[in-house]
Amino acid sequence: MHTTTIPLAKPTAGILKAKTGIVGLDELTGGGLPAGRPTLICGAAGCGKTLMAVTFLYNGAARFGEPGVFMTFEERPDDLVKNVVSLNYDLDRLIKDNKLAIDHVHIERTEIEETGEYDLEGLFIRLGYAIDRIGAKRVVLDTIEALFGGLSNEAILRAELRRLFEWLKDKGVTAVITGERGEGQLTRHGLEEYVSDCVILLDHRVQEHITTRRLRVVKYRGSAHGTNEYPFLIDETGISVMPVTSAGLDHGVSDERISSGIRNLDEMLEGKGLFRGSSVLISGMAGSGKSSIAAQFADSVCRDGGRCIYFALEESPAQITRNMRSIGLDLQKWVDLGRLRFQAHRPTLFGLETHLATIHRDVQEFEPAAVVIDPLSSLLHAGDKHDAQAMILRLVDFLKARDVTTLFTNLTHGNVEHAMTDMQVSSLMDTWLLLYNRESNGEHNRELYLIKSRGMAHSNQVREFVMTRNGIELRDVYVGPEGVVTGSARLAQEARERERSLQERQDAERRTQEFARRRRRLEAQIEELQAQLADEQTEAQIVAAETAARDAQAADERVRMGESRKVAARAPKR
Amino acid sequence: MVPAQAPPDNGYNLRLYVAGQTPKSIAAIANIRKLCDEYLPGRYTIAIIDLMKDPALAQHHQIVAVPTLIRELPEPIRRIIGDLSNTQRVLLGLDIDEPRKAV
Repeated sequence: MHTTTIPLAKPTAGILKAKTGIVGLDELTGGGLPAGRPTLICGAAGCGKTLMAVTFLYNGAARFGEPGVFMTFEERPDDLVKNVVSLNYDLDRLIKDNKLAIDHVHIERTEIEETGEYDLEGLFIRLGYAIDRIGAKRVVLDTIEALFGGLSNEAILRAELRRLFEWLKDKGVTAVITGERGEGQLTRHGLEEYVSDCVILLDHRVQEHITTRRLRVVKYRGSAHGTNEYPFLIDETGISVMPVTSAGLDHGVSDERISSGIRNLDEMLEGKGLFRGSSVLISGMAGSGKSSIAAQFADSVCRDGGRCIYFALEESPAQITRNMRSIGLDLQKWVDLGRLRFQAHRPTLFGLETHLATIHRDVQEFEPAAVVIDPLSSLLHAGDKHDAQAMILRLVDFLKARDVTTLFTNLTHGNVEHAMTDMQVSSLMDTWLLLYNRESNGEHNRELYLIKSRGMAHSNQVREFVMTRNGIELRDVYVGPEGVVTGSARLAQEARERERSLQERQDAERRTQEFARRRRRLEAQIEELQAQLADEQTEAQIVAAETAARDAQAADERVRMGESRKVAARAPKR
Repeated sequence: MVPAQAPPDNGYNLRLYVAGQTPKSIAAIANIRKLCDEYLPGRYTIAIIDLMKDPALAQHHQIVAVPTLIRELPEPIRRIIGDLSNTQRVLLGLDIDEPRKAV
């Protein structure tokens, strides 16, 4: 399994550490248990002490080249080997390869009579022999307190235990000593008094019929360590601890964008979509389309070649796949291609921490680009409110640190204002979409509000949210005198709009035609006037010509008259 | 491992596990020899096993505390730990009746 280390505690100079190989625990302790020193793991019966110890040894022997000795005071070696076969821990193989030795120390008080002074040198010899035989670097004593039940001289026992732990240090082995939780102290017989380097407490609590396992590093001499209680998980892949607390706010941020899967929504987000690695919350009432948005997002991630985990906490994967087919999404295709993984858990089956630890582990293993948690409200109800918020914070930090874009859906009740205050986790989210069912004209329609989206100039407009056979679409809504108009009212409004624009177009055409007509009329008038003008000019010329002709004629007649009156032939001066 | 010797009839087959020549070991060896000679003359065999020399036997015979005295025969097996300084308790542990004290 590939794991990236998120150090909660920086490796400390001077202290060598032995990796446990347990997911999360090494991050929590800044590299593992103190090397060459004993560590006490304590907790009540069934809390996972033995498994943790076995895992420590197994990983040492199989992965880190450190052979180990398991000294059990309770379980028979056969049982021990059998119990971890389900985790694929092949202890027999390691034993054959001389990388692991198991010694069962059986002590029965009723068979033993004590008389006079004795010591536990026999135990030292056994252990020393086993360590030397396989060159062990790790030792587990599980549970050494059984000696208190087998031997009655407590003074000797205590002195010998003190000597044993000193001796283990001299041997330079990294030892894990398990101890049963006692009243008012960490272990029943106060082992913590002798093992002072590192103490880890395991806890197994039942709250409201749900069990939760928790781990706390009570002390770690000479090293920083995460101090909170961390949930841990035991399942078919072993133990994983979820140390995602204060992993904090120092995670890198991305400028890269990732599509929300809905084109119009991307447009509202500066036309580019969500920031990669951001957390998105979609809240809404039942049936408002939260899962559909989530599915479309998952589909889009897979389409772009990324991987996605869909944590289905309410519906079965088969049901989701079927339902999403109705809006044109074929999720099964991505499952078959290995890009989409469904993880379905009933929220009430485990506690909140267990859920989150599961998510944690799956994300580390599958390394998805995106995660969908549908719905978050199931998780919130799986635990106490405060716990829930803290856990979600851890989860968000963890996913951000890994650059995983996460989409949470959340079921809300009541109206918009109510939904806003209802939420306790919205402040952790980068983008918050609210789906709201608006009821009007005897129908209810879906509206989408982009309440916030950090780091981008997002649209503040309400959109109508429509599910079509080709997925989700967002439509502009009309704001009328009675507010936002959606659904059939929007359709009616659209029709009215269309009608009005048609009318306007027709009006314009009519006006254009009229203008043309008037122009033609005017042009005709101009033509007529010009024709008139031409007529006038012609007439004027005629008049002038007639006048000239008349003058010439008159002069002629005067000449002829003079000639006839025998007047001296002198032409009058002109 | 020390081969088990056939004990005489009604006899005791004993093993004493010690770790090196410590005062406790020496005391235990002396104590058990004295006790056997006194209460089981000619009816016992005893093997002294030094785990320092043969450490593998510690696991094999489930030894935790030393010295450990094991009564292998007669059955059932009995274990007594300590330096065997308290004779009464050793007799009780080995199930030997006190009155049968030899001459």
